Order: sequence, then C-alpha cells, then structure tokens
Amino acid sequence: MSAATLLSETSATADALPDLSPEEILRYSRHVIIPDVGLTGQKKLKAARVLLIGAGGLGSPLGLYLAAAGVGHIGLVDFDVVDLTNLQRQLLHGTKDVGRTKLDSARDRIRDVNPHVELTTYETALTSENALKIIKDYDIVIDGTDNFPTRYLVNDACVLLGKPNVYGSIYRFEGQASVFSTENGPCYRCLYPSPPPPGLVPSCAEGGVLGVLPGLVGTIQATEAIKLILGIGEPLIGRLLLVDALDTKFRTVKLRKNPACPSCGTRDITQLIDYQEFCGVPQAAAAEQKAGELPEITPRELAERLKLGTVDLIDVREPHEWEIARIDGARLIPLATVADRLHELDRTRDIVLQCKGGVRSAKALRTLQAAGFTRVLNLVGGITRYSDDVDPTIPKY
Amino acid sequence: MPATLFLPAVLAKLADAKEIPVSGTTVGELVADAAARFPELAPRLRDTDGNPYAYVTFYLNDEDIRFNGGFSATVNDGDELTVVPAIAGG
Repeated sequence: MSAATLLSETSATADALPDLSPEEILRYSRHVIIPDVGLTGQKKLKAARVLLIGAGGLGSPLGLYLAAAGVGHIGLVDFDVVDLTNLQRQLLHGTKDVGRTKLDSARDRIRDVNPHVELTTYETALTSENALKIIKDYDIVIDGTDNFPTRYLVNDACVLLGKPNVYGSIYRFEGQASVFSTENGPCYRCLYPSPPPPGLVPSCAEGGVLGVLPGLVGTIQATEAIKLILGIGEPLIGRLLLVDALDTKFRTVKLRKNPACPSCGTRDITQLIDYQEFCGVPQAAAAEQKAGELPEITPRELAERLKLGTVDLIDVREPHEWEIARIDGARLIPLATVADRLHELDRTRDIVLQCKGGVRSAKALRTLQAAGFTRVLNLVGGITRYSDDVDPTIPKY
Repeated sequence: MPATLFLPAVLAKLADAKEIPVSGTTVGELVADAAARFPELAPRLRDTDGNPYAYVTFYLNDEDIRFNGGFSATVNDGDELTVVPAIAGG
C-alpha cells in the first residue's frame, strides 16, 4: 500500500485541518517550502495524533523529531525513572533529570523544542488491560519498547484497532525497522510468530547498545511516521530494514503478510491475551523455582569470608567486564567456559559464584550442582550490590 | 551449490565471522553445513530436530524462506542466506 492510500486513514480531511499561526508558519518554514509537504502537509502534521510507547533510546529521537516537526498531539507511555546509564543514548533526558520520571523529563524537553505540541502522558506500563483504551485515540503507534511481551501486545492491539505500528528494535550495533499493521500489510507476528524463550536474547541492559544506534533507528521510525501522516513516499510496509552500524550497511528484505497469522491473517486473536505468559516469563520463573532454592551469600558475608580466606570466589562474567570492575580475590571463569573448567575448582572448599547482577552466576551454580558440587553459593545482586554494600570504589556499569 | 550465510553480530561471534561460505542444494542443507562446522552456532539456527525457530527468520537473497518452502527452499549458485533473529531492545 502506498503512503497516499494511508493518508485518509491517519489524518483529518483537508477541509477539517487546523490553521497555522504566522509564528507556526515561520517555525515550519523549511517544511512548508518543500512542495511535497507544503502548508497542507504541515497542517496534517498538526492534526496528527501519534502515540510513542517508551521514552527511552528509541523514544528520545522520536519525541524530539516528531515534536520539532510539528506533530500536533503526541502521547507518551512510560513508567521508568531517568538513570545515569540512560544518558549515553536517551537524548530526551539530561544529567539534571537523573531521578526524575522520564515523562516529567520528556515533557520539559518536548515543550522546549516545540510549545505548540499537545502532550498526553501515561505513567504506566502498557498492559492488556489499558492498551486498547490508550491506543484507540491515536492515528499512529510507534513501538519503542524494550521487551518481547510488550512488542506482541503493541502488535495485537494495533491490529485489533487497525492502527499502523511503526516498529524499531536495536541490539548492540544492529537494528530493525518496519511499518506493521496497515490495512493490507504484514504485522509483527508475520515476521516473528512467537518469541524466543526468556533469557536467550539479551536486552540492551544486559548486552549493551551503541549510543547512537537508537538515534539511527528511532530517526528512521520518526521518518516513517511523518511519511504516513503526509501520505508521501514509500513507507516500510512489507519491508524490513536491517541496519548494521558497525559495517555501515542498510538493507531491506521483503516481508509478507502471513495468511495463517492469528493476529492479522485468520484474526483468531480477537482480544488481548496474557503476553507475559505468551512469552514464557512466568513459566521460566516457575521452572527456576522448581529447580530448587539457590544457596546464596550476601555481599557483606562474602567480604567477611574473603578476609578469612575461607571461600573461593569465581567471577563468571566476560573478560571485557572484568576489565571494567572486579572484586579483589576473584578468579575469572566466563559462564560459557564453566562446564569445561570444572577441574580447576576445588570442590572441598566453599565456592562463591558471582556475575554482574546474579543471573549468570545462578546459571553457573546450576552447572556446578549438576556436576556434583555441593559447596556452592550465589552472590546476591552480583558485583553491583557488592559495590553498593561493601566497596563503593568498585565501578558499577 | 556454494552460497554465503550472513550472520548478525550477536551470532557472528559463535562462528568468528559475519559471512560464512556454505554449500548445499536447499536452505536446510546450507544451515546444516554451518551447524556442523560451528557447533556453538548450531542451536541458534535451528532446533534439535533440525527445524527453524519461529523467532529466527531466514532470507534467501531478499525473500523470506517461509514463503518458498522453508528449509526445503532450493538454493542457486551464489545465493545469499541472511539470518535475522528477533531482537527487542529499545
């Protein structure tokens, strides 16, 4: 479907378009002098209602550019607080905003960029209970979320309501973007019918992300949203853009609408479901619980035991993390190599396993238990909590 | 048929390369060739029965293989097979 066809779906009709003041015409002059945009296009932008899900990495360039472009009504869904680790990429927020809600910070920044924008904020996680109610008031939805359950939720809600879903997602140096859920186009479930099991695909918090990457991908999403509103160009419908920032490669592959897709094909999904369960989150937690309680040690207890020399501390993080921070007395055995290096461990002594936050060390602990080790303990909260509770000179990351 | 398998960075580290020369007459054979040579990569490409995952999409040149026979899709000399696993960061 061309952008022109979508125009009538996403914007007010020409005679109902809002007026622009002389100040607005001047503000948007570099738009209105483009014949493809013009005064009418700028009025369409002012009439448009765009919902951003997430005010983080992708949401930052989206919020800034859509506001600057003169999108008249922006909705913003987020429940997070600005953290120091956000500032490497989340340009909506500044150092002074650390500790504020992202919505408060975003509101100030967006108002500064363009006071003409009407902003509605939703300080909540998007859920199966509130998604339809929030999304129904918007023309276009932009998915800037950071987890699989919310991505499937956004998809199904957009399909049910017939709203275009401008998709973007990122990891380390690579990103994806597309436009889903248009009348005849594919949806996110056509691309990925079901999610990976929890824990298989690391998040940006776990695996990292190049700070400018959400800038690249979020800006592409903003471009697509503006094209949809204006009804110009060839939107990323039926195409998936793959971005490789490391090799500076951009390529598109074809996406097809899957006739068997339960969301947009057969339409078997007639209401929103439990997306945590769909993504296996509670099942994974139950399996972990069934595997038995983890024998644990607190950072303060570990510090005492290290002083006494009555414990071996094994750090299962990666070598590049070891370079950033380490606990004195620890030995590095990355998680992937633990199973092959069991012979290096003394099973007659207490062994404490440690990582950044306690998740990878829990996996290592299960490996040791399966190999017959009985004197194993997991450091609660990993090196991060050790820094908080014992030694603040150890950098957190 | 000689072909090239393109891996995203998240999988490339398991094969020490972003591009791997592979050989086979079907997509399934190309994947099996890569899986045999890089055992750590194998479980990220297909399940233990050798079937594709719902969250790892393969493109033969620019076409989604699911619409061309899946792992049975025929490969031509010089084809490019690209792996696109689901990512969720934002």
